[in-house]
Amino acid sequence: MFNYTMRRLLLAIPTLLFIALAIFLLLELSPGDPMADMPLTIPPDVREQMRLALGLGEPWYIRFVKWLYLFSVVEPSHVLASITGLENLAIDSQRIISFQTRSPVGDIIAQRLPQTLWVVGLSYLFGIMVALPIGIYSAYRQYSWFDQAGTFVSMVGFSLPTFFTGPLLILIFSIWLGWFPIIYDTTLVVDSWHNFALQMRQMAMPVFVLTLYNAAQITRFMRASMLDNLTQDYVRTARAKGLTERIVVLVHVLRNSMIPVITVIALGIPQIFTGAIITEQIFRVNGLGQLLITAIYATDIPMVLTLSVVFAILIVLFNLIADLLYAVFDPRIRYD
Amino acid sequence: MTDAAPTPAPDTARIRPPRNQWWDVWDQFKIHRGALLGSIVFLAIIAFCFIGPLIWPYDATYIDIRARNQGMSWAHPFGTDQLGRDIMARMMSGGQVSLAVGIVAMGLAMLIGTGIGVLAGYFRRIDGLLMRMTDLFLALPLLPLLLVMSMLFRQPLSSAFGVETGMFLLIVTAIGITSWMPTARVVRGDVLALKEREYVLAARSIGTPPRRLILRHVVPNVLSPVMVSATLMIATAIITESALSFLGLGFPPDFPTWGRLVNDGIDYLQQYPGRAMLPGVFISLTVLSVNYIGDGLRDALDPRIRGR
Repeated sequence: MFNYTMRRLLLAIPTLLFIALAIFLLLELSPGDPMADMPLTIPPDVREQMRLALGLGEPWYIRFVKWLYLFSVVEPSHVLASITGLENLAIDSQRIISFQTRSPVGDIIAQRLPQTLWVVGLSYLFGIMVALPIGIYSAYRQYSWFDQAGTFVSMVGFSLPTFFTGPLLILIFSIWLGWFPIIYDTTLVVDSWHNFALQMRQMAMPVFVLTLYNAAQITRFMRASMLDNLTQDYVRTARAKGLTERIVVLVHVLRNSMIPVITVIALGIPQIFTGAIITEQIFRVNGLGQLLITAIYATDIPMVLTLSVVFAILIVLFNLIADLLYAVFDPRIRYD
Repeated sequence: MTDAAPTPAPDTARIRPPRNQWWDVWDQFKIHRGALLGSIVFLAIIAFCFIGPLIWPYDATYIDIRARNQGMSWAHPFGTDQLGRDIMARMMSGGQVSLAVGIVAMGLAMLIGTGIGVLAGYFRRIDGLLMRMTDLFLALPLLPLLLVMSMLFRQPLSSAFGVETGMFLLIVTAIGITSWMPTARVVRGDVLALKEREYVLAARSIGTPPRRLILRHVVPNVLSPVMVSATLMIATAIITESALSFLGLGFPPDFPTWGRLVNDGIDYLQQYPGRAMLPGVFISLTVLSVNYIGDGLRDALDPRIRGR
């Protein structure tokens, strides 16, 4: 198991390097000019100097290696320093600078991360909490009215794109009923019960939209996995030896059915970050997704590159975690 | 399942005419109520988008500024937008683009996915390489990458092929090359199992070259998982295209697609809520019906379920 983990981690390094290089080259090929927003009255020689100041003077491979060094050594040291509070951990050197704001990319990401984590993470958690009981019960009572309704709702939730459900909720709850604010106010500081209530109200709609989507997906998996297990021989054996129905379903079947579901849940976590781009855009939550969109619009190459590679790291990491969880929960699987 | 039920045969023991496999599939498919309803809705939407413009008198880009922001009427069943363009006509031409993108991108993704899956499953030498490549693609952050691609290449492609064709090519290729991986994995798994079957061994033992073996014996047998993932892929591709257009990175503003229409309608959500909701309903209905068709196909193509 340990060997397998180590091997997978080592294999992840070339994968990530390749992804970073691919994204870098894609951005490099792009015709977008980071100086395009500058006034046309700037004389050409000054413009050239500004390009050099952005670090665009060197050939692409040198810039890639430099970025790689900053991304893998300097930025982590700053993250570590701010987490532990030990200032001298941070390496004192050039950092990855956003073209838009001229401040370090790492700092901006750290500012935006909490919004995304709160809204998106909470909705994922709610989604799991809603999906598991529904999936279990609809599989247990297959073809009952509850199952029919549950399957239909999860099919709808799975099919409705978030850019439809989002505006629909805004229309109903903000415009017609006036219960929730349309725009997410990120400057709100939760320091009193009143502000806490405001925070809850502004989070309600984005969280609901994403919860519906996540719950729909997980319900489908949970139901299918339970159905697979409910017809197995060991279930008949468990019933035959007189175990109560509760124990048969909630202990024997559930534990076995959870194996693929846990994998699916783990695999879905990176999508929390990337998939919420649209929802963040609709409700004006200034999280990571919104940061990426604005960076793409502004041809902010360091920001786009760093964010995409962070997303890729999350995907690779959670793929590994999913595989390991599989082995932990299913003793039939051995990675040796 | 009319023919599976053992009807008491009349004394003249007639042999039933040989049945095509696809009739069995259809028999199973049509008892799946959701799938049947889904196909009807999907065909209705296709008819609306592709036959509708032949009958409907208004053009999607015809501006009649005097008739702007009208509500529902007989002349304009869905009303008109802020420039007086007929929303029904815009829905039709928007649907054409969305459906075309969905179907063409699906075709591309299926082609790549099946090709790579079959090659990886059949030829052991390149299996490792191709599957590592698949894993690599699976680790890519897809939506960000799609956004980056459509932002970066819209200008050169638009100038090379014209705005509409350029964007169409760009979006279809981008969606196609970022969504073939699940198909490739499923197909590879199936091919690995098929390769050990007796009929493949028999075909090989009489000296069938790999190319013909693959095309005649392997590919037809992996067709059912491919068909199922193809239907689901249409749904995903339509959603992805609409999402790109919704974020303003898809087709240009004067070129309606359903996602673009939702995006345009959001600005008028307070005054004219229908304008954003209508294309949203169409996207959702299409995706929902396609997903139901996929569910029905999965059941119908699975011989273990068929006939039960």
